[in-house]
Amino acid sequence: MCTYQTANIELRASGKTLEGWVGMTSASVYFDHPVHFPAGHALMIDVRNQERGPSARVALELDPASARALAETILLTLDQVPDVLLAESGH
Amino acid sequence: MTHDLRAETITISGHGGDEIEAYLGLPTDVDTCGSIVVIHHMPGYDEATKEIVRKFAANGYAALMPNLYHREAPGAAPDDAAATARASGGVPDERLVGDVAGAMAHLRSLATSNSKVASIGYCSGGRQSLLAGCRLPLDAVIDCYGAFTVVDSPAESPLRATAIVAEVGNLRGPVLGLFGADDQYPSPEQNQVLADALTAAGKDYHFRTFDGAAHAFFNVDRPSFRPEAALEGWREVFSFLERTVA
Repeated sequence: MCTYQTANIELRASGKTLEGWVGMTSASVYFDHPVHFPAGHALMIDVRNQERGPSARVALELDPASARALAETILLTLDQVPDVLLAESGH
Repeated sequence: MTHDLRAETITISGHGGDEIEAYLGLPTDVDTCGSIVVIHHMPGYDEATKEIVRKFAANGYAALMPNLYHREAPGAAPDDAAATARASGGVPDERLVGDVAGAMAHLRSLATSNSKVASIGYCSGGRQSLLAGCRLPLDAVIDCYGAFTVVDSPAESPLRATAIVAEVGNLRGPVLGLFGADDQYPSPEQNQVLADALTAAGKDYHFRTFDGAAHAFFNVDRPSFRPEAALEGWREVFSFLERTVA
């Protein structure tokens, strides 16, 4: 299966790559063939900085249950953070 | 046949005259031979597909794989290049055809060439192999589980692939299609639509669908590998090439 299903978003983040920490500007989320994860398909996340080149990338390949658990945990964590701290971390 | 070969990275002239990287495998135990353009899968110009190039060369065919992501990511690791290409919408069809044309021209220019050239592609490359056959004078075309040949990719995805079934009347050479019965992209029903279109166009084609296999059953380093389907698939491939471009 080759789904082609891909979503691109812009974001503000830092990611640790082989070349050290890099400011990240975009992400792609898709469900397709993983490079390393031992399954036919996986939920794939690429966090990137296109201006810094192809290797400015942090990649994750997750099984669907793990991806959902991670997403829910991120939302739960954010829900528990006081508004003042959220405001401090964002623009 | 000794299976002797030479393999190396070269530069070829691709679409629009762009210089792009390509991986060449040459049999060294033949005086003349047929050729094949190898179109890599969406995960990129990777080690596994280079191994496929060497397999063709070991079996007596000059094989050349253009790096379809060279423009977006020259010198990058294959997975980084694939991620970059995906994020920017994938490989445009026109550019793919130009790159395959460049690979064909390079293969035909070799001193050992018998002037016959086939194409083979895997996954997204399966569709691209068929597309190239519809638009270029390829002597034979092999489509290994290419999706979106008879339907378009999801409209909401930035990664676009449009159906090419309406173009099959332009094919100049025979088609070999190798598919998995458990695959959904392409599904057996979609492959039947393609087969019906080839029949209606009066084309020479042979489709094999392997039970117990899904997508990417040729990939020896992935869980999708199905040894029986892959072995039989390789037998089909070399039988087809012997008939069409040897």
